[in-house]
Amino acid sequence: MRAMPGSRRRSALPGFGPALGFTLFYLSLIVLIPLAALGMKTASFGWDSLWATVTSPRVLASYRVSFGTAFAAACANAGFGLLVAWVLVRYRFPGRALADALVDLPFALPTAVAGITLTTLLAKNGWLGRYLEPLGIQVAFTPLGITVALIFIGLPFVVRSVQPVLEDLEPELEEAAASLGASRWQTFRRVLFPALAPAVLTGFALAFARGVGEYGSVVFISGNMPMKTEIAPLLIVTKLEQYDYAGATAIAVAMLVVSLLMLVAINGLQSWSRAHERAV
Amino acid sequence: MRRSFLALSFVLLAASASPAGADTTLLNVSYDPTREFYQEFNAAFAKHWKEQTGETVTVDQSHGGPGKQARSVIDGLDADVVTLALSFDVDQLFERGKLIPKTWQSRLPHNSAPYTSTMVFLVRKGNPKGIRDWSDLVKPGVSVVPANPKTSGAARWVYLAAWQYGLEKGGSEAAARDFIGRFYKNAPVLDTGARGATTTFVERGIGDALVGWENEALLVKSQPNGADFEVVVPPASILAEPTVSWVDTVNRRKGTGKVAQAYLEYLYTPEGQELAAKHHFRPTDPAVLARHAQQFPKLQLFTVDEKFGSWKDANAKHFADGGIFDQIYVK
Repeated sequence: MRAMPGSRRRSALPGFGPALGFTLFYLSLIVLIPLAALGMKTASFGWDSLWATVTSPRVLASYRVSFGTAFAAACANAGFGLLVAWVLVRYRFPGRALADALVDLPFALPTAVAGITLTTLLAKNGWLGRYLEPLGIQVAFTPLGITVALIFIGLPFVVRSVQPVLEDLEPELEEAAASLGASRWQTFRRVLFPALAPAVLTGFALAFARGVGEYGSVVFISGNMPMKTEIAPLLIVTKLEQYDYAGATAIAVAMLVVSLLMLVAINGLQSWSRAHERAV
Repeated sequence: MRRSFLALSFVLLAASASPAGADTTLLNVSYDPTREFYQEFNAAFAKHWKEQTGETVTVDQSHGGPGKQARSVIDGLDADVVTLALSFDVDQLFERGKLIPKTWQSRLPHNSAPYTSTMVFLVRKGNPKGIRDWSDLVKPGVSVVPANPKTSGAARWVYLAAWQYGLEKGGSEAAARDFIGRFYKNAPVLDTGARGATTTFVERGIGDALVGWENEALLVKSQPNGADFEVVVPPASILAEPTVSWVDTVNRRKGTGKVAQAYLEYLYTPEGQELAAKHHFRPTDPAVLARHAQQFPKLQLFTVDEKFGSWKDANAKHFADGGIFDQIYVK
């Protein structure tokens, strides 16, 4: 499968050299140069003031909000996204194609539209909010509201990661497990889940990363209260509006580092679960 | 098909490359709640300019929080004129970009503030919480909707007006701090801009009082559902002076200096002042103001320079990172 440099196998694309060259060029242009600019901007800032900025109580509180809600939303999406993918792949029902198309809607919809729509629905005079209000449940302008917005934004990531893997997984596997006397739970736990876990993790990681950086939909529903519902990206924008470029970049770099560490951890988990699967 | 597309793009190219002067486009970079006013004003100015010079001018508008807007211009947005919520943000064009001279504010009458406004309250019909003055806004159980002073121009004016009230009522800075702290404790939401705060109050039904631009409150009153709200003008408030300037470096590059200056000067003419009044900004022309006296009740007004020294001082003390506003939330 893997094309080694110098391998004689015929490849569909012309040659390893130009392909790798182009890949590196493209990655530098799209990813590395902006990141380097970010790093350089931060470097103009002393280490002490950088540390003071990224560890000030208000900034720490905003990390908690951003990472906490993104994590909660990604967990919810991992569970429900798996379910949605399962239904879409394993069952045939009228309207399935429509349901399948609906999954992509959060990708296509401008995030601000999503945020305003959700706020309109969930504010205490909204279609849904007015029924939740008497129960003492406030969604809009609380961390719960942020989580709801991020669940909306993140759903397609899990569904679209799991779907192809699930399609490749033959129902015969389940039948074989059943004929060998496995209970439904055992089949899921021992047969299906190990095969699906890497894909679910990928979807989780994508949804989480997207949630941490999400701005457009969240600012409308969060209420933006310092220390409570202020997300880190908003704090970056706030700093920019005060002409504090260095402070804004410092927060951005801190978020970048944390996100990177988390993605590396999730990747590690993935390869562990793949290795584990093979061992079983 | 492809050929016609090619031909079309040449036509477009030619159109966009037509010489300036015969067909000029200005970009007015403004703050949040001036959309409706400038839409009408731009059409009036285009007509006026056509009559005066025979040239066609189109004015494009850009709106947003004044900090963000000023930053876009500093970062290279080709604004021919800026019309922002407070002089501090226009000042940044000099301080950080050297796009305009230091003395920009003396180039037009009234310190380059062609119209003014003030900070008032918009309450729900019948004023159920009996809100009459700033002190009513800090009472327990009252919920207020200001915007975020870090990102919104209106919100800074609101903050300073509330601070000044607390200072004069309490007689000390400690009392003012306590007052401003209680004020923001009563705020369940801090929107990033004035228009967002209006939406939160009007559409989402949050809060007992929207605290912000008089022009915005009057605009809500003039909407179809305006009867659901009442405007409360407190006995004293701050004189908000949105300031304007043409942007010299952009004008030089685009050759739009003359028309940009004429555009801003037109704001001071009786026609411009009438349009400002129509869109609920207080005209600086006394004759026009007298004609609209009913819309703009008299109240005691103080300026930032009188009470806070200057915007620069006010900003450093109250709104900069770690300033008094931050201290309300981070103990």
